[in-house]
Amino acid sequence: MKKRMLCLGMAVAMAASLVACSGSSSSSSSETTAAAVEDTTAAAETETEAAETEAAETEAAAEGEGGTLKLGVIGPFTGAAAAYGLGVRNAVDLAVKEVNAAGGANGIMFEVNAQDDEHDAQKSVNAYNTLKDWGAQMIIGSVTSAPCIAVAAETAVDNMFQITPSGSAVECVANDNVFRVCFSDPDQGAAAAKYIGENKLATKVAIIYDSSTEYSTGIREAFIGEAANQGLEIVADEAFTADNATDFTVQLDKAREGGAELVFLPIYYQEASIILNQANARDFAPIFFGVDGMDGILTVENFDTSLAEGVMLLTPFSATEESSKQFTADYVAAYGEDPNQFSADAYDAVYAIKAAVEQAGITPDMSVSDICEAMKVAMTEISIDGLTGAGMTWNAAGEPDKAPKAAKIENGVYVMQ
Amino acid sequence: MDAKRIRIQNGITYGMVIAFWVVIQIMDKTGNLSSLLKGLLVPLCMYAILAVSLNLTVGILGELSLGHAGFMCLGAFSGAFFTNCMEAAMPSAGLRFFLALILGAVVAGIFGLLIGIPVLRLKGDYLAIVTLAFGEIIKNLINVMYVGRDAAGFHFSNKDAMSLGMDDTGVVIVKGAQGITGTPRAATFTIGILLLLLTLFIVLNLINSRTGRAIMSIRDNRIAAESIGINITKYKLMAFSISAALAGMAGVLYAHSLSTLQATSNNFGYNKSILILVFVVLGGLGNMRGSIIAAVVLTALPEMLRGLNDYRMLIYAIVLIIMTIFNSSPKAIEMRSVLMDKLRHKKAAGKEAA
Repeated sequence: MKKRMLCLGMAVAMAASLVACSGSSSSSSSETTAAAVEDTTAAAETETEAAETEAAETEAAAEGEGGTLKLGVIGPFTGAAAAYGLGVRNAVDLAVKEVNAAGGANGIMFEVNAQDDEHDAQKSVNAYNTLKDWGAQMIIGSVTSAPCIAVAAETAVDNMFQITPSGSAVECVANDNVFRVCFSDPDQGAAAAKYIGENKLATKVAIIYDSSTEYSTGIREAFIGEAANQGLEIVADEAFTADNATDFTVQLDKAREGGAELVFLPIYYQEASIILNQANARDFAPIFFGVDGMDGILTVENFDTSLAEGVMLLTPFSATEESSKQFTADYVAAYGEDPNQFSADAYDAVYAIKAAVEQAGITPDMSVSDICEAMKVAMTEISIDGLTGAGMTWNAAGEPDKAPKAAKIENGVYVMQ
Repeated sequence: MDAKRIRIQNGITYGMVIAFWVVIQIMDKTGNLSSLLKGLLVPLCMYAILAVSLNLTVGILGELSLGHAGFMCLGAFSGAFFTNCMEAAMPSAGLRFFLALILGAVVAGIFGLLIGIPVLRLKGDYLAIVTLAFGEIIKNLINVMYVGRDAAGFHFSNKDAMSLGMDDTGVVIVKGAQGITGTPRAATFTIGILLLLLTLFIVLNLINSRTGRAIMSIRDNRIAAESIGINITKYKLMAFSISAALAGMAGVLYAHSLSTLQATSNNFGYNKSILILVFVVLGGLGNMRGSIIAAVVLTALPEMLRGLNDYRMLIYAIVLIIMTIFNSSPKAIEMRSVLMDKLRHKKAAGKEAA
């Protein structure tokens, strides 16, 4: 009997959780039968939903003029990838505040709701559905590649406009309703090989990459493909995984044995800082060449930044460059830390949306699908001078067109080459 | 428990699942179903299946397995691989999904059997450690696996996509850490519920059969069971591989509910195995209905706490702790029974008065 009552209690909890899922704040009283609870659930829901729509209408009326356009942000705000998601969330907030303060896009104000996806595809879809319930009309995200692919499949069904600041895997923009601000992984890899080849930095190249992330493997593949065209010789091609990213002595020794003049690191800065440390301890001093994931290496705690002297990286953004000084200052004032390239991508994404909204003459009362159709056309017509590139344009496939920039670390700051 | 009570108990379990389906259908038809809940339905079914299948190993067989996510991973990848390979031969996504479900279950079941032969000689903590390692090995193997197909057939590599050496018509299906993308999302709530009912049917019938009683006798007293001539290895392997096969089926369901599938620690790492174990322990060892309820509540909970923003994972942890204490602390159980008695007393008094 006790057991049955417990089950009943659990069933009530389950029903209650469903109520909460539907965005209702009322908690139904625990009736004796689950069926009764479910009935009240349905009733409570209809009521709250009605109340919500009313509230939304009055809100829109109060805004007057252009109304508000609802932007949903999806990214990892907790967990291992939180730094990227938080960078995006902060930058979107900052950009939206600026846009709204300056009178919005054609008088349309932006409203933002950010949802956490913990860098998980399933959670990302849940976050997207939450935003849909909130009434999102456009999506900025997801921040990381795999969740972005999962969300893109959902937005394609709903035909909702989506722009990802930093989802760099090829498949992220496979659907025509998705655009991105960053370079795709293959583009970055190819651009890096081209840059090394054209500037004659080295001919013998070693690669150390993370075989457990699609980011790293994607860049590496494209790099090797382009390296052949540039006359680069790959003397060592060494992998590590997220589970053993603390000791790189074997990989570094292989690179040295091969006589590498340059070590290409298509990885994130945490691992790169360890590699630089261990290379220094072994008196191995080739040129280290990274991509955008290397950005942030100067902010690693307990890392001797003098080791990063001479490191080169292909990055669309640098906090110290002239064009981003204002943004960096505002960002630091608001959030107390330096922005990273994810922030810069997100900031540009908001301004791209603004430009496209103005170009297409979008109004918030249009349906999600109509907005998407208009945005798809408008995105290919706009050109913006953003933090991650001047004169950025997009093609219909959703890929940005901007010049890759290389930076070199000199005296503890990035110097654009 | 006599046969009649068992039938009633099982009936309640089936009824609960069917009632859940009916309520959701009504909510859907009347437009009361939020997008979030709609998106959560398939994962809810998947976690319920995983919890029930793990409960077979942990609750009925009495062995602690921490490799359940590994079996799920095997099922997910073999199922998704099949669906993507057969796209040209079988245009119907539904049929491919159905066959993928069978294939995923079979592959995971075979691996369960293979792993089980050496592993089930171990007991308790040792078994837990080995299964944990197995789950991690599966995840890492898939992360370095590249499979492609061109006119000449399948190509396999454990280095990268380029070393597959395919001609121009080649398509890379499994891309190492990038996993499998573009699986059609054929999984629906109704299919999920049907699979959950199938799982319950298999597990509940197994428990209440001669085989099930043999399995439980191994759990309760291995030496006594052996002495009356029960083949321990056979029954252990049977329970373990059925559990693995059902987990593989849940994996296929997972793979077909998202367009991207990757073997990350988030999806198929030991954290996932432990999460499933939490469902089982909270729901009650050997209690299938409890497993389903715990899986549903604990999967929906972090999503319904979204309103709390950054605090939601903290609140989730606190709720988990409270639930555990409420469920299993002796004092809490005592308190609950006192409350129940009072309630019953009142009811009885009320009846008498009337």
